[in-house]
Amino acid sequence: MRRHIFIAAALAPVLVWTGPATAEPMIYGLQVEQAERRFDDGSDLYAWDFDALAGTDELKLVWRSEAEYLTQSSRFETLENQLRLQMPISTFFDAAVGVRLDTPAGEDRAYGVIGVKGLAPQWFELDADLYVGETSFLRVEAEYEGLITNRIILTPSLELDTPLGDDEALGVGAFAPTLEVGARLSYDLLDRAVAPYIGVHYERRFGETADLARAEGEQRDNLYFVVGTKMLF
Amino acid sequence: MTATSLARACALAAAFTLSLASGAAAGEYNLTVDRVTLDTGDFTRSAIGYNGSTTPTVLRFKEGEEVTINVTNNLDEDTSVHWHGLILPYQQDGVPGMSFDGIKPGETFTYRFPIVQSGTYWFHSHSGFQEPDGAYGAIVIEPEGREPFRFDREYVVQLADAHPHSGHRIMRNLKLMPDYYNRQQRTLLDFLSDSRDRGLAAALDDRGAWGDMRMMPTDVEDLQGFTPLINGKGPRQNWTGLFEPGERIRLRFINSSAMTYFDIRIPGLEMTVVQADGNNVQPVPVDEFRIAVAETYDVIVRPTEDRAYTIFAESMGRTAFARGTLAPREGMEAEVPDLREPPLLTMADMGMAHGDHGSMDHGAMAEGAMDHRSMGHGAGQPTHTMPDGSVMQGMNHGTMDHGTMNHSAMGHGSMSQDAMQMAATDPFYAPGSGLTPQAADGGKFLSYADLKAQKPLYEHRDATREIELRLTGNMERYIWSINGVKYADAEPIRLQYGERVRFKFVNETMMTHPMHLHGMWSILDVGQGKWNPVKHVVSVSPGTTVFMETEVDAPGVWAFHCHLSYHMDAGMFRKVIVEGGPAGKSADLPATPRQSIGG
Repeated sequence: MRRHIFIAAALAPVLVWTGPATAEPMIYGLQVEQAERRFDDGSDLYAWDFDALAGTDELKLVWRSEAEYLTQSSRFETLENQLRLQMPISTFFDAAVGVRLDTPAGEDRAYGVIGVKGLAPQWFELDADLYVGETSFLRVEAEYEGLITNRIILTPSLELDTPLGDDEALGVGAFAPTLEVGARLSYDLLDRAVAPYIGVHYERRFGETADLARAEGEQRDNLYFVVGTKMLF
Repeated sequence: MTATSLARACALAAAFTLSLASGAAAGEYNLTVDRVTLDTGDFTRSAIGYNGSTTPTVLRFKEGEEVTINVTNNLDEDTSVHWHGLILPYQQDGVPGMSFDGIKPGETFTYRFPIVQSGTYWFHSHSGFQEPDGAYGAIVIEPEGREPFRFDREYVVQLADAHPHSGHRIMRNLKLMPDYYNRQQRTLLDFLSDSRDRGLAAALDDRGAWGDMRMMPTDVEDLQGFTPLINGKGPRQNWTGLFEPGERIRLRFINSSAMTYFDIRIPGLEMTVVQADGNNVQPVPVDEFRIAVAETYDVIVRPTEDRAYTIFAESMGRTAFARGTLAPREGMEAEVPDLREPPLLTMADMGMAHGDHGSMDHGAMAEGAMDHRSMGHGAGQPTHTMPDGSVMQGMNHGTMDHGTMNHSAMGHGSMSQDAMQMAATDPFYAPGSGLTPQAADGGKFLSYADLKAQKPLYEHRDATREIELRLTGNMERYIWSINGVKYADAEPIRLQYGERVRFKFVNETMMTHPMHLHGMWSILDVGQGKWNPVKHVVSVSPGTTVFMETEVDAPGVWAFHCHLSYHMDAGMFRKVIVEGGPAGKSADLPATPRQSIGG
């Protein structure tokens, strides 16, 4: 029930918003940063991370989804879906507000989201979000597209997810973050629409979060070899 | 008198009366707007064409004629035809939502207006992205009197940048990712070669300076991946114009591209520029010239040898070229030159020229971002703020007669370094700009400063007021604007009939913008007073300030915009309302004109 209220609240401004008065286009698209298989001895998984968006220069509705699906046990380890409203706050940055629903195997969770997203000096893509729920989280993501040639691109990335409280059900401890770093080497095969890549992805849990993982029989860290494709439509 | 001769006399009398009534010869023209298949030699796609053809239609009018043009829309969407550069009643200007409602599918709309000028112009759709999709053609208007120059034959040479993607798709991709079509970005490999050439510290500083601004020195062409066309033909298809050696050939160059500036040369031939944007200019012999989007230039060439010559038009960003041939016989070809090195923007293109030093790293600039070689110290407008903040006195280009300086005849081998530098400068580029053009063979490259009107159209007088228009944009969001406001949020510019307005363009972006005012002439200030050239497009380079003046003599609602299709659509557009006017001439203006470009 609560999740329906959240969605209605996020959509309300969109329903009353009237179209632009000029020929300027409606902006819409699908931006898939990751759609990949992560290989690790015995615990392979599929992962995705995409933004689907529609709107104008002033206001966009974004559906952001991130998931990790374990092939062996056929279950979602993580499945996050967010509905965000995104609007410019400066030349290079947008603010976002919205809701996030986590429906992986296990406990469901809902959060309110407030964040910023944009391009920092030296071309770093930054995303910083505060998720407010039963247990709140602060998540910071950074990405850099390094052009080796105009089509071969190395993209190092970093994501730091910090719980702001203890939550045994989720297996996290207060201020004990999870870090994900990766590097993906892609090739722009079809314009910018399809860019297959290979790379590495490393996850590590710290402090209490790591201890809880170990207690569950999981490792503190994982190193994956990844194969996937970026997409932009 | 027999019955037949009486009938003939009556018919003659009737015809005479009719011609008196219309005041001039009347011509009727038909134009259909159709879906066509474009084959560029590189790719094939569905496109839009006039009269069912991908070869641009050429409409030939005569000055003084009253034209009637029936435009039939065979598309499944609205269309419109804008008569670019023509002086006409605003209801005939063809901008949906301003001049009229547009032409519905299946509808035939009849344009009627008097032809009050001569020269080379063009027409195109002002609806959506139909113009980049192929909806363009040429207009040639024969003057009432005789031309002030002689030619034996003439060709329209209409350039375009056909893209495999549709206009809508291009715009959407640019909005999602502004560098979607830029495949000339600086790479790791460039960085390595920079470090080798200039040292690691300098290369890092250069990268750092651009990275701090989140700008790219390669941002010369938003849109790459197109095939340039000449009269609807790609480089492989080689449009050919025939001549007999010794003939004087008038080439009417029209740049109908959506986004692409071209640098044009015909190796082996000197070109004499005789007309710019439909208005005669005092002849300038050149080896090469740059044509902004939507401009027209007429040049005269005189090939004397019995051989083929290549018309070579490189895009300003050097990502593609258009190619055609002048030849004595069909099927002949001449050598096609290679594309030159792509230019890199410099810190000068970031607005240094008007003393905006706030965001700049001078250390990095001195280290190499600035190309000192191409920075002619005698360049430009009367004064320039130099990178170190000092103000220097420049040379007065007004007194420098480029017309009488025969660069092509100058022995370039013996040319001093200073003379070479002088040849490389152009007051219409920021001093030190990476875009300053240079002729491929070291000869004369046309500058706006060389253009002088053959015959002033208006009595010269001081402007009654000045309007500053800063050309602005947000490259990351692909929003383009004027004075920081995009069209959707902007108030119209209101002019009073009878004014002479001086427009001050300050280009605060890194891109070159061809600004086009509908319905009235744009008198470009090149410091020549009453001899300033009369144009319909004024190109403003990055980091420069350019002035143009307009005699406000056309009541009505007019469009005023950057002619780069995607900049225009993304907001670099204004409505201009001319209020007042003599009785019978003032426009019947709609009370609340709609804010729509149409399409």
